[in-house]
Amino acid sequence: MTTTLTVNGELSEVEVDPSTPLLWVLRENLTLTGTKFGCGIAQCGACTVMVDGVAVRSCVMPVGGLEGREIVTIEGLAPSQDTLHRLQEAWIAHQVPQCGYCQSGQLMAAAALLQRNPTPTDQDITDAMEGNICRCGMYGRIKAAIKTAATQEG
Amino acid sequence: MGKWTRRAFITTGVLAGGGVLFGVAIRPGNLADDLQSVMAGEGETLVHAFVKIDADNVVTVITPHSELGQGAQTALAQMLADELDADWDKVRIEEAPAIGEYSTSALGRGVLLAGVDLPGFVVPTVEGVMMQVSNMLDLQITGGSLSVRTTGVYGMRIAGAATRDMLKTAAAEAWSVPVGQITTEKSMLIHAASSRAEPYATFALPASQMTPSYSPALKDAAEFKIIGTSVQRLDIPSKVDGTAKFALDIRLPDMVYATATRAPVFGGTIASLDESAARAIDGVLDVVRLPGSSAGGMVGAYEPTGESVAVVSKSYWTAQRGLRALAITWDAKGRDGVSDDAIYAQHARDLASAEGRESDRSTGDIDAAIADAAQTIEAEYRVPYLAHTCMEPLNATAHVRDGKAEIWVGCQNPLGFRRAIADALDFDDENVTLHNHFMGGGFGRKAIPDWAIQAALVARAVGKPVQLIWSREEDVRQDFYRPASTSRFQAALTADGSLTGWQNSYVNKQEPPEAPLIPYAVPSQRVEYVQSPSHVPWGAWRSVDESQHGFFTESFIDECAVAAGKDPFAFRAALLADHPRHLAVLTRAAEEAGWSTPLAPNRGRGIALKESFGSIVAQVVEVTLRDGDISIDRVVAAIDPGQAVTPDGVAAQIESGIVYGLTAAMYGQISIEDGAVAQSNFHDYEALRMSATPVIETHIINSGHPIGGAGEPGTPPAAPALANAIFAATGKRIRDLPMINHVTFSAGGLFT
Repeated sequence: MTTTLTVNGELSEVEVDPSTPLLWVLRENLTLTGTKFGCGIAQCGACTVMVDGVAVRSCVMPVGGLEGREIVTIEGLAPSQDTLHRLQEAWIAHQVPQCGYCQSGQLMAAAALLQRNPTPTDQDITDAMEGNICRCGMYGRIKAAIKTAATQEG
Repeated sequence: MGKWTRRAFITTGVLAGGGVLFGVAIRPGNLADDLQSVMAGEGETLVHAFVKIDADNVVTVITPHSELGQGAQTALAQMLADELDADWDKVRIEEAPAIGEYSTSALGRGVLLAGVDLPGFVVPTVEGVMMQVSNMLDLQITGGSLSVRTTGVYGMRIAGAATRDMLKTAAAEAWSVPVGQITTEKSMLIHAASSRAEPYATFALPASQMTPSYSPALKDAAEFKIIGTSVQRLDIPSKVDGTAKFALDIRLPDMVYATATRAPVFGGTIASLDESAARAIDGVLDVVRLPGSSAGGMVGAYEPTGESVAVVSKSYWTAQRGLRALAITWDAKGRDGVSDDAIYAQHARDLASAEGRESDRSTGDIDAAIADAAQTIEAEYRVPYLAHTCMEPLNATAHVRDGKAEIWVGCQNPLGFRRAIADALDFDDENVTLHNHFMGGGFGRKAIPDWAIQAALVARAVGKPVQLIWSREEDVRQDFYRPASTSRFQAALTADGSLTGWQNSYVNKQEPPEAPLIPYAVPSQRVEYVQSPSHVPWGAWRSVDESQHGFFTESFIDECAVAAGKDPFAFRAALLADHPRHLAVLTRAAEEAGWSTPLAPNRGRGIALKESFGSIVAQVVEVTLRDGDISIDRVVAAIDPGQAVTPDGVAAQIESGIVYGLTAAMYGQISIEDGAVAQSNFHDYEALRMSATPVIETHIINSGHPIGGAGEPGTPPAAPALANAIFAATGKRIRDLPMINHVTFSAGGLFT
């Protein structure tokens, strides 16, 4: 059946079973491969995207219920072609990524946090990021980068 | 194969008087033209096997190592660019293609055969690698923390310096001035006397016609401008905006998806298969039976893998549904009776047996030392199997048609993978093209090609491009694990607390051979092992044997210090008089951690020291016991890597190695039940998360010794330093991992 999705501000129609997780629709039908597959059971956060401003695990989110909702992926995080999101700038300044595979999910989780809470405490950051695993272990740099970004103008 | 020897493309040379003895050269003539067509794009000139220069004066460094997150490609580019006097702002990186000319064994073999005085720890590793691979020309390995310390030292710096010499010679000829009057700076050739300056690009073509020197003059460390600076990694911008291409991100016209499941009991076969329910699912295109694979990696031991079944579909999701709908019965080949208890009981039997013992070290008279001791202490340590759980689940994309195969994969050994796939398809190597991509983690798992072979076989069966993606469950259950091991110790102490005897016997030795050896001055030592194989496949896991032996030896030396009534730092330091580098690293870590400052009674510090892969690392872990839970507050690390090419990159690797080591120590356990792995995903094979992570600080000592590794040496001290800290805080000595079987953990120092 046809589902109409709003992804990064653009409308797309996809022909998939409505039970298909959003992750695979993004990656296979819309070729938005920045969102990653990590575990398939909402344990690692590599597939994190924003739906209506909230960080969700797209690997367990059936696409059928997402019509009319605003989906933002890593490809839509930067405000424009030439400008990075302040979190992306901070990620580079702190040299956060190593293998980089989890970082789309980390950034989207952090972006959802700053969107609802521009001045997060350490506890707020932990709570928001606890669901995102980084096997390269860059948690210290992730935290530092979020704090850097939070001190800048949104 | 032997392609490179036939063409004499990569050649070795010996420089009289020692120093750097290995070079890489393009010879003039047809060969250069051949490689030009392979390597040089529009407007680019291949000046050297590892250097391209384009019309805009952009220098592209070609690195023969793959990027799995360790940043080695940037470090290698720094080494070449510094010797080339390149403008770092206009340096790019390209990974060498999987063709024989870029084999790293050419580097390894050239080094070995040329008799270069490599540090002892490298030689057996490289040799061991070569012994285990049928065709030693097929290696293009990223592992063993070798990239910077072999390719960088013996290849990239020479390539950079040789290229600079050729450019200067070309400019001198064009300007009719002595070459000695030409200087270089930021990718410019300068003749000050005549006020001439031209970009490198101007002379790239004539320089490319020359034969590079094998032994150009290299800079002294004081002349470095790029080496030793924390430049930004060149791959990072693409990793914050979703554009970095991992193998999972390949999209080809007409591509379909597949997923697979292998016999859960290792080595099992398909007894029966009913495909009907899977084929009834909308989208499912095919069901393919796959044979076992015996293709190996650089280290590890295993019989051929079990048989597998793959489901091919229009999407991964429906392929996964199809896989779950298959009715498969497996033949476990009689191995379904093997469980952890049986494996550890076998360790105990083999350790008790007088047969099959091999010696790592025998000095002094250990029997006399124990007989004469005022006090002896004994302990047995144990570690379980461990999976790698790279963030990117194993995947590969393949297209096989008209007698040719094309593979897109992220792997630690592109040439080895190409050979394994060619063998599986019964193709000549030349008919297999492999495109290597960023790896979402590797840690040793992506050196073994089993899954890429599956992708090629499925693609041949269906005649279309196929992207094979393993589920996380398959990834956890079909790994090549860090082996389970048991290690027994006995130590002899005199009445005044001197350590006079050290006896250690353990099971299952792999690489590197020196992993169980201690640096401490103990007069009588006996270290020996027996092999105690099981049917569980094992392979290289970040730092290989160093991680388990780091836990064993650095925990037991702590027990010795406690038994001697001495401070664990002072006890170690007193035994390191003959190892000044080790002593300096240990002391630096202790000082930076404030070792001599007393802690509250519910807190504890632990220290550990391990040399591995050419670098020496010490760590001090601080913990707090709070409401019955352990909080890991801080880890202070000191490393002597000889020379840090990218200091922030070394620090990042140490941070990463520590988190990887802590994760394994705290949570890591692969259990064997009825012949198969009991765990399946991150809920039961946990990773350290942000809340429990400690603050980590890294201190680097540039001692000027040969460059050591960075990717692995951070891992081995983490587990023992934590275990020793928990002992200091609680009095509880943890001798078997993971620690969650003994203690609970709460929020760590990053958030407390």
